Amino acid sequence: MSRVGIPRSLFYYYYYPLWKSFFADLGAEILTSAPSNRHTVERGIELAVDETCFPIKVYLGHVAELCREELDYIFVPRLVSVEARSYICPKFMGLPDMVRALIKETPPLIDITVDLSCDEKCFQKDIIRVGRLFTRQARKIQLAYQHGCEELRLCRSLASQGFTMEEAIKMWEGEPMEAESETDLNIGVLGHGYSLYDERISMNLVKRLRAMNCKVLLPEHLGSEVVEAEAATVPKRVFWTLGRKMLGSALHMSQREDVDGIIYLACFGCGPDSLIGEIIERKVRDNKPFILLTVDEHSGEAGIITRLEAFCDMLRRRRNYRSESKLSPYGASLHSFENTV
Amino acid sequence: MKVSFPHMGHLYIPLKTLFKGLKLEVIAPPPISQKTMELGVKYSPEFACLPLKINMGNFIEALEQGADTIVMAGGWGPCRFGYYAQVEREILQELGYDFQMVVLEAPDSRISELLLQLKALGEKVSVREAYQAIRFAWKKLIAIEKLEKKLEYCLPRAIDKNRLESIFERALQAIDEAESQQEVEKIAQESLREMEKSPFKSAEVLKIGLVGEIYTILEPASNCYAARCLGRLDAHVSRSIYVSDWVNDHLFGGYLRKSNHKQIMQSSRPYLNHEVGGHGQETVGSTVDFARRDYNGIIQIAPLTCMPEIVAQSILGRVSEELEIPCMTLYFDEHSGAAGVYTRLEAFVDMLQRKRALPSNSQLMEARA
Repeated sequence: MSRVGIPRSLFYYYYYPLWKSFFADLGAEILTSAPSNRHTVERGIELAVDETCFPIKVYLGHVAELCREELDYIFVPRLVSVEARSYICPKFMGLPDMVRALIKETPPLIDITVDLSCDEKCFQKDIIRVGRLFTRQARKIQLAYQHGCEELRLCRSLASQGFTMEEAIKMWEGEPMEAESETDLNIGVLGHGYSLYDERISMNLVKRLRAMNCKVLLPEHLGSEVVEAEAATVPKRVFWTLGRKMLGSALHMSQREDVDGIIYLACFGCGPDSLIGEIIERKVRDNKPFILLTVDEHSGEAGIITRLEAFCDMLRRRRNYRSESKLSPYGASLHSFENTV
Repeated sequence: MKVSFPHMGHLYIPLKTLFKGLKLEVIAPPPISQKTMELGVKYSPEFACLPLKINMGNFIEALEQGADTIVMAGGWGPCRFGYYAQVEREILQELGYDFQMVVLEAPDSRISELLLQLKALGEKVSVREAYQAIRFAWKKLIAIEKLEKKLEYCLPRAIDKNRLESIFERALQAIDEAESQQEVEKIAQESLREMEKSPFKSAEVLKIGLVGEIYTILEPASNCYAARCLGRLDAHVSRSIYVSDWVNDHLFGGYLRKSNHKQIMQSSRPYLNHEVGGHGQETVGSTVDFARRDYNGIIQIAPLTCMPEIVAQSILGRVSEELEIPCMTLYFDEHSGAAGVYTRLEAFVDMLQRKRALPSNSQLMEARA
């Protein structure tokens, strides 16, 4: 039985159920790396060139960890595009090549190219190519892929009930999850899933907010039609899949009465974040309180906690003023504030 | 309609000609200065890459001088550049400028779409006149690049480097002012001859390949004049990107002249097997190509946080090791101190000279045996 390693990083948080059932159906044993920890981070920083963004560094750490195991293959997909006329990010397009260049002596990489920007034909061929590593029956490979897609849908529907993708994956694997406790604030949280749901990168942002009695609203909790419709209101279609999802979610959240504020988690050096973050801030700040948190490998946890606490305090205070109109959601509010006190 | 555009190296000369040929009033932004940078940095998103910030500075300065239309290029990713124009427009509008932004972008880099967009700009002229405008601008571009290449060749070899540079600057200005194709040709011929005539040193020069992101390579103000500095350090610099190649490959689909673009992309295998947006794959391909042509070293330049170039940089380490060619990467942002850059360039050149003087590894092995 072949053993396939899957790094618990980057698109693990979006597609793991698909990959897992696909390889399991083909008779492979699957091993994932441990959740990101200090060692993964240190190892990743050591391997990567300095300018690389934090999530990619962490990813390299995960691959390096898997390289120590006895594996037949490591799954390092090349994600070019997961939908028509959109991209993920240049770094994902070069990921297998980066891994090969930076890590010596890896087990063979399964570097399937996922490019749905034009049509699906190449991708279907590549699925068969990858499947052939395990079985010769093309039919079996196709069935395995279809089964994988079904499992993914199931997992996503779990996530849409108010969980993060990371929790949804755990539930999908059979772990029980507790429902959220009593909350008094409703906060929209945006960010690339691979930074948001990785406890090390986001410094546990979602759980921390929950501990502060906040209900967290994530892009996965919103219907994709709503998100796409909102994202289509800007003059030029955003050509990054995740960026467009975030922009649409932000616009939707900013119009919702029940959302008290929006937090955007960005990674230092992230290309799409640097522009999309700016656009979101400009669109959202007149309607909702908004903060942009930028993290990298140096982030001090205490700084983030202080900012989150301050943000929540501010939201609660704002809520207690019955007449909302007296407080601007963004700056220049000091004057009106003094008058009401 | 008073048209303006962003700076990118000497591209302002053909662009001015093109818009004049379309019977539009042109206001070229003032040359990039400290003030341009300051304005750009002040109003741009903090983490945006350097070209966007310089663009912003150019636009603000041009709008202050009375421009009311900005012509900007676009694209469809995955590089950030494709979304530049949208962000820039939002910011400029919020700053209260009254202007129109024309974004030239071909959905699949198809020339017909681009011509239509250009046609919309040139309402006042006939198709024939528009064609002539494009042709004249192209001629100027070719002339300028011939001069640039000649300067790259002559500068390291010349004894009097100041004279050479002043010939080049003078020629640029003359081409900018030239009114006819014959005139451009004449200026180019004369200046080329004059450059060749300057006395040369006899020593062999180092050959360095300059690879990386298009804007930082083409705009000297964004890279602390690194290419010029290398020339003055007696290194012959060859760039991986020239504007005419880009126009030929991406806008005209290689129709204008023979192109080695495909071969460069092929060279990037097996190191980088897929395009990564921007000029990432070209960077890796050109590095391999330069190494095969026995260049002494490679310098990769890019704006800080440039995504495609980070991928390329990650891979250049392996290329450098396997093909035994020294590579150095320099990132630029608004904080770049020129002195620090020069020191690093000097050190790199010193190292290459030393490496060349030493016997090669194989010779050492033989000697030992």
